[in-house]
Amino acid sequence: MAQPVLQMPQTAVSTKLRARGINMTFKRDGVSTNVLNNVDLEVRDGEFVCLLGPSGCGKSTLLNILAGFLSPSSGEVKIDGFAVTGPYPRRIFVFQERGVFPWLSVEGNIEFGLFKLSKEERRSRIAHYVKLVGLQGFEKAYPGELSGGMKQRLEVARALAVKPDMLYLDEPFGALDSITRLIMRGELLRIWEAERKTIIFVTHDIEESVQLADRVVVMSARPARIQKIVDIDIPHPRDISDPRYLKLRDGIFEEIGLAHKI
Amino acid sequence: MSRRLLWLRPAAFIAALLILWHVAIQYQSIDLMPGPLAVVGGIAELAQRGLLLKYIVASLFRVTWGFTLAALLAIPLGLMVGWHRRADMAVNPLIQILRPISPLAWIPISILWFGVGDMAAIYLIFLASFLPLMVTAINAVGGIAPVHLNAGRNFGLSSVQLIYRVLYPAVIPQLIVGLRITLGIAWLVVVAAEMIAVNSGLGFLIVDARNAGNRYDLVVAGMVMIGVIGLLLDNGMRSLEKIRSLRWGYSED
Repeated sequence: MAQPVLQMPQTAVSTKLRARGINMTFKRDGVSTNVLNNVDLEVRDGEFVCLLGPSGCGKSTLLNILAGFLSPSSGEVKIDGFAVTGPYPRRIFVFQERGVFPWLSVEGNIEFGLFKLSKEERRSRIAHYVKLVGLQGFEKAYPGELSGGMKQRLEVARALAVKPDMLYLDEPFGALDSITRLIMRGELLRIWEAERKTIIFVTHDIEESVQLADRVVVMSARPARIQKIVDIDIPHPRDISDPRYLKLRDGIFEEIGLAHKI
Repeated sequence: MSRRLLWLRPAAFIAALLILWHVAIQYQSIDLMPGPLAVVGGIAELAQRGLLLKYIVASLFRVTWGFTLAALLAIPLGLMVGWHRRADMAVNPLIQILRPISPLAWIPISILWFGVGDMAAIYLIFLASFLPLMVTAINAVGGIAPVHLNAGRNFGLSSVQLIYRVLYPAVIPQLIVGLRITLGIAWLVVVAAEMIAVNSGLGFLIVDARNAGNRYDLVVAGMVMIGVIGLLLDNGMRSLEKIRSLRWGYSED
């Protein structure tokens, strides 16, 4: 009899991250608030997952737990089979644009995580990622001299420059205007397709999640649990007037309990 | 407007006031105030007798020592206290008790400890500078954006690296503001200290000119020199705020 393991189809990629039974309770002034309720999540290697939920539902808390910045009240997170105990340079968290260091130039920011590399290697990485995020000509500029979208791209470049396996993005485009946001989504997808990182992306924007993700994890209001996981089985680049796109998007609108007519 | 014209307006304003002063002096029945020409004469006389430079150097010497010693001790201490929240909670009440005490209230004690002389004045300036600088450093650490610390940790920085690659650059702009304001305080205190604790310096000049023959032209000459040097010190500190990698700390954003 043939070994079934050997006949696994090519699409079955390995699990990158596995979160089991995550609960999170914050205590403040003697009142405890249950933020996350028994969350289980698996993310495959190279997958783009969006955590989608209303503001304040606890999706950022979940992202911080998955990244190791917070430890959960109970449950555990494993990445590549090892328990997560803290942040780690192979897994970079991209904050909103305020995460760049204002005292460092564009070059200095990208170089920030490269301190273990040789000088030539650092220089070639800086040049490569400046180009990748389209900041040529601004190498010596300071963040205060850049627009919001450029700062956001700089932060993505700083994260990518250390060649991480995983990126965590916490509403990275939330503060940008709608035009810049659309451009940034395209840039992120281009980078993701070129470098195939595992990406966990927190957003409260339904359209954004359907445009970007392989899977959208729909979270309920607080205490957040996973309400539904929606596979977005449309190849990139996605046509946002395609019936399949609209059907998936409307399905999520209904899942969250929103009528999509105003 | 060009840079030269920006200077023109305050210069014209000061000139107008000087003329007004000069005219007003002509109409006083008793000598309440020397005129601007007498003051210029006083400054010239001090310069001629070699006292002007001597007293300015004496005052600056005391401020330099007291202020530098305070900065070297208070800033690292304040950064350390700010970095450890428990230390902050322990130290804060004491700071709040000591802060309202005017540095001048320490004059008797500093004379008791150090006698009349440079050390007493330097000690007073040290005291006057220490707490403001320490409070600035504590607050500067408290003001570091948590995302910057988290980003530093995320990139695998050790505690020591975190201190000199994130904490240090993050607090510099606020420290410079604190240093500038504190230098102003130190310059105020040195004049008061010199009136009592020593027999040289611009503060001594003012008291001595009055005591030795009511030379009010020299009194006002001393006051003018104090103002001018204070302005130069402040401008010197302000120029640090224009450094490109520090400018983020002073923008509106």
